[in-house]
Parts: sequence; C-alpha cells; structure tokens
Amino acid sequence: MFHGFDYKAITDNLSYLLIDGLGFTLRLTLMAAIGATALGSLVAVMELSRNRLVSGIAVGYVNLTRALPLLLVIFWFYFLIPWVWQWVTGADRPTPVGAFLSALITFTLFEAAYYAEIVRAGIQSLGRGQMGAAEALGLRYPQVLAYVILPQALRNMLPVLLMQTIILFQDTSLVYVLSITDFLGAASKIANRDFRLIELYSFAAVVYLVISATLSAFVRRLQSRIAIVR
Amino acid sequence: MIDYQNVCKWYGDFNVLKSCSTHVNKGEVVVVCGPSGSGKSTLIQCANGLTPFQKGTITVDGVSVGDRHTNLPKLRARVGMVFQHFELFPHLTVIANLRLAQEKVLGRDKASATEKGMALLERVGLAAHATKYPGQLSGGQQQRVAIARALAMNPVAMLFDEPTSALDPEMINEVLDVMTSLAADGMTMMVVTHEMGFARRVADRVVFMDAGEIVEDTTTEAFFREPESERARQFLSKILQH
Amino acid sequence: MHYNWNWGILFALSPDGNTPYIDLLLSGLEWTVITGVCAWVLAFILGSIIGVLRTLPSHTAERLGFVYVEFFRGIPLIVQLFVWFFVLPDLLPVEWGSWIKQLRNGPFYTSVIGLAFFTSPRVAEQVRAGIQSLAGGQLRAALAMGLTRPQAYRYVLLPLAYRIILPTLTSEMLNCLKNTSVALTIGLMELTAQTRAMQEFSFQVFEAFSVSTLLYVLLNLAVVAGMRVVERSAAIPGTLAKAR
Repeated sequence: MFHGFDYKAITDNLSYLLIDGLGFTLRLTLMAAIGATALGSLVAVMELSRNRLVSGIAVGYVNLTRALPLLLVIFWFYFLIPWVWQWVTGADRPTPVGAFLSALITFTLFEAAYYAEIVRAGIQSLGRGQMGAAEALGLRYPQVLAYVILPQALRNMLPVLLMQTIILFQDTSLVYVLSITDFLGAASKIANRDFRLIELYSFAAVVYLVISATLSAFVRRLQSRIAIVR
Repeated sequence: MIDYQNVCKWYGDFNVLKSCSTHVNKGEVVVVCGPSGSGKSTLIQCANGLTPFQKGTITVDGVSVGDRHTNLPKLRARVGMVFQHFELFPHLTVIANLRLAQEKVLGRDKASATEKGMALLERVGLAAHATKYPGQLSGGQQQRVAIARALAMNPVAMLFDEPTSALDPEMINEVLDVMTSLAADGMTMMVVTHEMGFARRVADRVVFMDAGEIVEDTTTEAFFREPESERARQFLSKILQH
Repeated sequence: MHYNWNWGILFALSPDGNTPYIDLLLSGLEWTVITGVCAWVLAFILGSIIGVLRTLPSHTAERLGFVYVEFFRGIPLIVQLFVWFFVLPDLLPVEWGSWIKQLRNGPFYTSVIGLAFFTSPRVAEQVRAGIQSLAGGQLRAALAMGLTRPQAYRYVLLPLAYRIILPTLTSEMLNCLKNTSVALTIGLMELTAQTRAMQEFSFQVFEAFSVSTLLYVLLNLAVVAGMRVVERSAAIPGTLAKAR
C-alpha cells in the first residue's frame, strides 16, 4: 500500500510546512481563540441583558452567524473587509488588509458566536444566587460580572471552551480557499508543485490528528480534575 | 426454587457478599431485611444474574445462574423482578409496557399479549389506565403496573427489590396489598423491604443481613419474637420505634 | 462606500446563456440539501452503531468506539475530503482506483461519504451520552424481563436516548448541512460554490452573497421547524419533554 511513498517530499519541505504553515495556523488559532473568548463573553453578557435592544442585537448576531457555513462567512469577509477598511481610512478604493489580519478578523467574529453560547450557558448554570449575593455586597452590575460571574462561568466552562478551540484549530484549515499559506495551504502547494498529493495530504491528516487528539486528551484530564474539585 | 450456596461478591476490594447461603422454597415468601449497605439488594440482584458474583452457586428452578452456558435471558424471563424505582418504560403506554416482553421474548401474538395484560391490569386495579403513559400515573400506580408487567411473563418466582422505598407513605399500602394477594395465591417471592408489618403478616421466613453476611435465617415468628443476634435486635428496635 | 448595487443581476442570464443567476443559486441549494441529507442519514447510522459500541460492557468494543471517534473527529473536514478524493483512489488496486476516478458525480459521492464519516463521531458521542443518562435502571429492567441486550437497545434504550438527544441532534444536522459547503473544494457545485461562481462571472459580490445568506437562513429555519414537529410527535405524555 505504501509502495512508492516518498517521505522525502515531506522531509525536504519540513521547515516550510511546520514553520511557515503550521506556525500560521497556530498563531491564527491562538489569537482568534483569545479574541473570540473576549468578544464571546461580551456577546453572552449582552444576550442576558435586561435591555431588549441590547439582547436582541446579541441574539440576532449569534443566530445569524450560527446559521451560516464558515466557508460562506470567510468569503463574505474576504470581500467585505476591504470595503470597510476603505470607509474607515477614507482611501479612494477598497484596499486588501493582508491575509493574516483578514483571517483573524473573520475567525474572531465567527467563533465569537459559538463561544458566546458556551459562556451564556456557563453564566446561566450559576443561577441567581451568586448574582444576588454579589449585589447584596453592594457591587455594581459590571463589577458583579467582572469579579464574580464571569470568572466562575469561564472556569466551569473551560473544558467546553477548549473543545471549541480544537474545533477552531481545525476550522482554520478552511482559509485554504483563499490560497493562504496556513498548514493545509503549505501542504497543498507542495503537493501540487511536486505531484505528491498522497504524501502531503496524509501528512497533513496525521499532524492535525496528533495535535487534536493530544489536546482532547488534555481536556478530558482537565474535565475529570474539575469534576473532583466540585 | 431459589438456592444460594456460599455466594461471595466483591466490588473491587470491597466484599459485598460474604459466603451467603439461603433458599426460597416453592410457594414460600422470604423477606430479606437489614440496615442499608448490608448487601440485601445485591443478594437479590444476583438471583437473575443482573449482578455477577465471583464465588458460590445460585440455582433457580434447577438452573445455575453463574454458569457461563446458562441462557440468562431465558432464565430471567421466568423470574419476575420489581425495582425500587419502578423502571417502567416511559415511552410506552401501560399496556405496551406489559406487552413488550410477552411478544419479544415469549413470542405471543399481540392479541393474546393484550388480553393477558388487560387481565393483569384488572387484577392490580388499573385497567382504566391501560392507554396512559407511565409519567401520567402516581408512584403507587406505576409500581402496581410494574408488578403486573412482571406477572405477564408467568414467572415461577418474583423478586422485589425495595418495592416501596421510593413511594410516598400514602401509596405504600396499595402496593403492599397487591403483594399480599400475590402471596395468598401461592407465588414464590423474595422481598427486600423495610416494611416490617408486611414481613410479619406475609413472610414465611426472614433473612437478616448485616455487612454482607446473612446473620439470621429463621421463621418469621421466631425472628420477631426473639431474634438470636444482638445486631438483629438493635435493627428491630430502631426500625420499630417509628 | 460606493458599491453599485444591482439586484436585477439575479435575473440576468449567466454565462451559459440560458439560466438566470438566481437559478444557479437555487440549484446550488438543491445540491446542498441532497448532499447534506444523504450524509446525515449515513452519519446517523454510523454514529448510532459507534455510540452503542461505547456503552457496551466489553472493554474492546468501548476502546474501538473511542479510537473511531478520536480519529474522525481529529482531522479537519477539508483534509478528510482531500484524503477521500485525492489519496484513497490511489491506494486502492489500479482498476478500482480508475473506476472511482471516472465515476460521474464523483465529488458528490465523495462528499457524502467524507461528510458522513466526519459527522458520525459527533452523533456517536450524543448517542452515548443519551444512553448513559438513562443510568442503567432501564437496561436492568429490560434484561430482567428476559429481553436480550440487542432487544433492550432496540426497544427501550435507543428510543429513549434518541428522544433525549433530539435537540442536540438537530444542531448536528444543521452543522452537517452547513458543512456541505466545504465540498466545494473538491468540486461539488453546492450553494456556496454557486455563489462564488455568480460573484466571479457577474462581479456583483454582495448581491450573490446576500441571497445565499438568505437561503442558508431559510434552510435553517425550515430544519428547525421540521424538527419541532418531530420533537412534538416524539414527546412522551407525562414527562418534562411535553412542557418544552
């Protein structure tokens, strides 16, 4: 089955694959995860707001985003961001903002909808008691959120947030459609240049699998530890 | 009918059953009692192989439960079991609960399974509820349905695992009444329960367990008049106080 | 921003000369639905089998299920599709490989299979969670009546588990439909691909994307409404499910 499997096609290009490609993927994953957690928390708090307009906007954002395929959203932003950028900077024509930034904005905004649902569930699982107790101490609502509710919700939801980050890590491979050199993009470019599709795509699959499985094993351990602490 | 010989069971390092031997004769009612955690539920669950045991033998109507070659589903079909939490199937109507195993295990056709089921619902006083779902019945009613469901298989013996422990006090008697009438009809019964009044009225023998051991195995009369062991005396005085 | 909106483009003819752009988008939607539904059916069957495996007392079965789930969940969909499409035919005996490559609608079959295997571990995890939430009492009751283990799963555990996980299954089903868009990378002309095509030929980017966004939202609403009906008809009288 592996007759003629050319390992050299991989080993010769290792630095391009891992440093340029995987490096891009990991940087994008990490920064988008941080951004999406922050924005997602904000959206979750907005969803639970007593102000109808604020919660309506947040719920609408989450529902719309979750109804769309990520790929469609990637294309949307690919075309939309230059126009918005032009409007912001007052340039006289739509200007591209660069692959990494464009991808980062897209993933942060898209994934925020998914992180928001997780954070919202975390906040709601705390119940009214904590909110009441903190307000009884005289803390103002933003303080209650910042010091009491969100730290607990995020901590309880950490395993789920990390699982979502594994999904985000895998999802970043879709920037392939914009010909960006993420890990899959790098693998695909070499695959097509050297006619080594089998080697490169198998290698890509193995690398994604190893990273995802390692992270998910870590999350499972974390989950059992949190379960004991409770 | 049911015969335990030196049955031992461990959960990991924990010795739940320590060489337990007892028996239930045909037509006999045996009540198993003891403090919680004494192993009485485990003992009864070993009788139809729901819980495996590591040493000793249990034979039910001449069939060895622990034997690897025993057809357990076939054996279980002949022994009725009633659980603490009823365990009716919530997605099936009452009559469908009674029909399921009759059709799938005994191969009865739908008409005769329904007929048998309705006769038994009549007997436990719930024929009017046949097309309801378990969630629409009270706990006492559910447990009576569960008894009828077990009876539908024409069992040679019935096992009751704390059948009234999950019930509100006012519903306990309706279930005990069904059990009493079953005993009067000569059903072979093994009952784990804290209902000492029931034991006194209905049981032929009482098995008292503590810490995985069978401490006493004697006639009902002897058990309530003068228990031999200190542990049984303490148990009785505690439980009879209220 | 001075983008020139031109909604009339939807009814203008596409480069093939006889289909308006809107029909291209609708045919894309059709492929999205067909591919998504076929993949979902397959994923549901596979996922149920694996989910059941993971609840069996056999350690080997549990382990097997675990490896399956980690494997198909650990590789991005796009990479899995590439492996099915580009790698697998070359690993098979030559005649099989070339038969596959010449298959009409090859991208469609590959997408269905790839998407089904990608979705199945998620279904499996739900099925497992549903069965485990029944906490053993129902299984013991079924076994105590003389049902065999397969019968207990068929008549008691699975009907209950599916009801419990119905809401999460709905969202997995929506994911499956949305994920068909990834298949554009192996040449499936589903909705996102047709949107891209319209954008490339007509240069009316935002009209194309707005309409397909609307179509995806409608598709979601239709599925959610459909599943409401299923949920209502599967609700068990006398349980909490009714109140929802």
